[in-house]
Amino acid sequence: MRKHLLVVMSALLCLCVRPSPADESARAQMKGLDEQVQEVKSDVLNIAAELNQLEEKLLYPSDTHLAVFVSLAHGETLRLDAVQVQIDGQLATHYIYSFKEVDALRRGGVQRIYSGNIATGAHEIAVSVTGKLANGKDYTQTEHFPFTKEIKPKLIGVTLAGPDAPQPGIHLGDW
Amino acid sequence: MRRASQWLSMGVALAAIAARPSMADDLRDLYFGEALYDAYQGQYFDALERLDAELAQHRHLDEPELDSLQHHIRQADFSVGDFELRYRMHLRAGRAIKQVLDADVEQPVKNEAAYRLARIEFQNDQPEDALQALERIQGTVPDNIKDDIEFLRANVYLALGRPADAVEVLRRLQTAQSLKGFAAYNLGIALLQADHTSEALRQLDKAGQIETRETATAAIRDKSNMVLGSVMLRTEDYAHAQLAFDRVRLEGPYSNRALLSTGWAEVSARDYQKALVPWGMLIQRDGTDAAVQEAKLALPFAYSKLRVYGRAALLYGQALDSFNKELEKVDASTRSIRAGNFLKALVREEIRQDNLWVVRLRTLPDTPETFYLTELMASNDFQTALQNYLDLEDLHRRLIAWQGGFGAYEDLIHLRRANYQPLLPQVDARFRELDAQMRLRVEQRDLLQKRLQDILTAPRPQLLATADERVALERLLKIDAALRHASGAERATWQARMQHLQGVLAWRLYTEYPERLTQAHKDLHVLNEDVRTLQEQYTAFVRARQAAVHSYEGYDQSISRLRTRVGEALEHVDTLLARQGHVIEAVAIDELNTRRKRLEAYQVQARYAVADSYDRELKEHASGGTP
Repeated sequence: MRKHLLVVMSALLCLCVRPSPADESARAQMKGLDEQVQEVKSDVLNIAAELNQLEEKLLYPSDTHLAVFVSLAHGETLRLDAVQVQIDGQLATHYIYSFKEVDALRRGGVQRIYSGNIATGAHEIAVSVTGKLANGKDYTQTEHFPFTKEIKPKLIGVTLAGPDAPQPGIHLGDW
Repeated sequence: MRRASQWLSMGVALAAIAARPSMADDLRDLYFGEALYDAYQGQYFDALERLDAELAQHRHLDEPELDSLQHHIRQADFSVGDFELRYRMHLRAGRAIKQVLDADVEQPVKNEAAYRLARIEFQNDQPEDALQALERIQGTVPDNIKDDIEFLRANVYLALGRPADAVEVLRRLQTAQSLKGFAAYNLGIALLQADHTSEALRQLDKAGQIETRETATAAIRDKSNMVLGSVMLRTEDYAHAQLAFDRVRLEGPYSNRALLSTGWAEVSARDYQKALVPWGMLIQRDGTDAAVQEAKLALPFAYSKLRVYGRAALLYGQALDSFNKELEKVDASTRSIRAGNFLKALVREEIRQDNLWVVRLRTLPDTPETFYLTELMASNDFQTALQNYLDLEDLHRRLIAWQGGFGAYEDLIHLRRANYQPLLPQVDARFRELDAQMRLRVEQRDLLQKRLQDILTAPRPQLLATADERVALERLLKIDAALRHASGAERATWQARMQHLQGVLAWRLYTEYPERLTQAHKDLHVLNEDVRTLQEQYTAFVRARQAAVHSYEGYDQSISRLRTRVGEALEHVDTLLARQGHVIEAVAIDELNTRRKRLEAYQVQARYAVADSYDRELKEHASGGTP
């Protein structure tokens, strides 16, 4: 991507010509519009922030809030197809990954796979992973983990790794 | 002076490198990781929304150093600027990075911020400010951005009309692997601008022979050869021009122009026969391409120069047909754009999912409006306008979705109110009863605790008597009082018996006192545990009671305010969307008009040339020459 953009830039180096007054006027118009677009983006981002707070308060009050995040272990080559999360035996989510999403996970991104509500106390989470290993073999793994929901919001981080990783399998982290 | 935005793409490309975050292993803050996840998928609005919220929360903490984001705070501050930049919010990005630059941070951090600021200023067509930002870089510079900084500096110099300075910088970058091809080509261009023509040509020749398997580097190599060939053609060095054009790949982005130029180089050298090969190849290609259209006139021109007038007349006739068809296409495109189809095609989901969507546009069915516009659409100004249009479309969709959400929230609140409100009076009444009982028991526990505490300093074994013992003691006291007023012979006997019993009890209380005290403390501990459980249940109930009320109270104002803000923003977005769309359509139609005029001119030339070729053919035939 970077190189591709560099080509465009370099190509422009020798192609630019003195712009006509009409071009300048169109360019000024575009620049003015561009600034207005930037302002409206800023407004909408502020609205989104407020709306998020409202949604969180309304839909996921802190005393019942449970969020599950998924990440891939460092350097993991597992091609993730799907992840299923069950909480206390009930299906919470089943997520099928696109190429872009797997790539984002491989680069260190963390996906919030589930947000929901749960009562305080002891619970169990089951995480199932399906995917393909670098050698093309199918990979399936399921792990069960107990956890306790306290009064504060509960954030669970699930780290996934293939069988050849230094710490293979599914690991749960408390955040 | 060239406009800095002409180098915009380079700036963005550099941002892509610098914004690369650390991997999951190092990640200590899930929300920051979530922002990165969105950003890596190009969802910069979502990434910004998440990271802005996380940073705002972090800054409002009393002890931010204890927050998990603290581990990534520097990266997060930079990432905000990067995401804003990627989301084409240069004004905000600049402000965010200036804040880092003005803060009390270490010089390497300032250097990185200065570089990012320079990039933004450069993209904003402010090369002077970009240079000023670059001049703030001092001391140690991270290795991973060292070359990028210098490459940016060279381009800033070029934008400022200082090619000699650019040459100096670019000379030092010739061994930089990450800039392979680009630094070489740009040095050639800088030398040309600095009027060092012969050195420039040597440099472009070098850049045109770089060995690579990278598509982008191969494309810049082609570009070098195109520029070199064009300069050679102007200086009438046809052999070298030919050599340069021949080095351009047949399937690259410059192949059509290279084939056309090769033909012209041959024609300029008066070798018309050789010109037939590239032009013959070129006319088989996509008829909307400007080089292909020119070749359709150039090829019969070469035949006529070879005195093959019949073939020339035939090819001119075919060219005329082709131009007529292309003119129809241009008109269809113009009509389609006026009907709003261009904008519809641009927002098609399958196009937006693809990084090479500009290239793919032409291959999509039912998009005649895009046939002639791929070149225009690749231009930087058009891209900015188009990206803004797409961003506005995205904002429009979000705002519409949010608007629909308010009704659902209100329904939810209404249902919760209907569920909880009737239950609460009974719950509260029962709670008050239990609350009173609980307070009483807690008071009793406190009293017991106090007594036991007192016993430790002033032992009182009677206080640890069992219920039976207390009853017995009471009865003995009563007997003792009664005996004081009694008389008779048996009084002394009774008194002795009573005192014996008192002694037995006292003996037991005093001898068992340590065990009893220990047991009393154990019992108090058990009681305290029960009270603690009770208090937890009490707190949980109070919290649940509050949560029930909070689940439907206090939202009306927020929802109403947000509904108004969303409505206003939607109105604003729609206005800008219409204006931006109009600008895009106007620019596209303008481009089509230019292409139309060119085609009309070609049409006139072809029409004249057909007749002329037939005349010449007839004359040749009449004079007995070989057709």
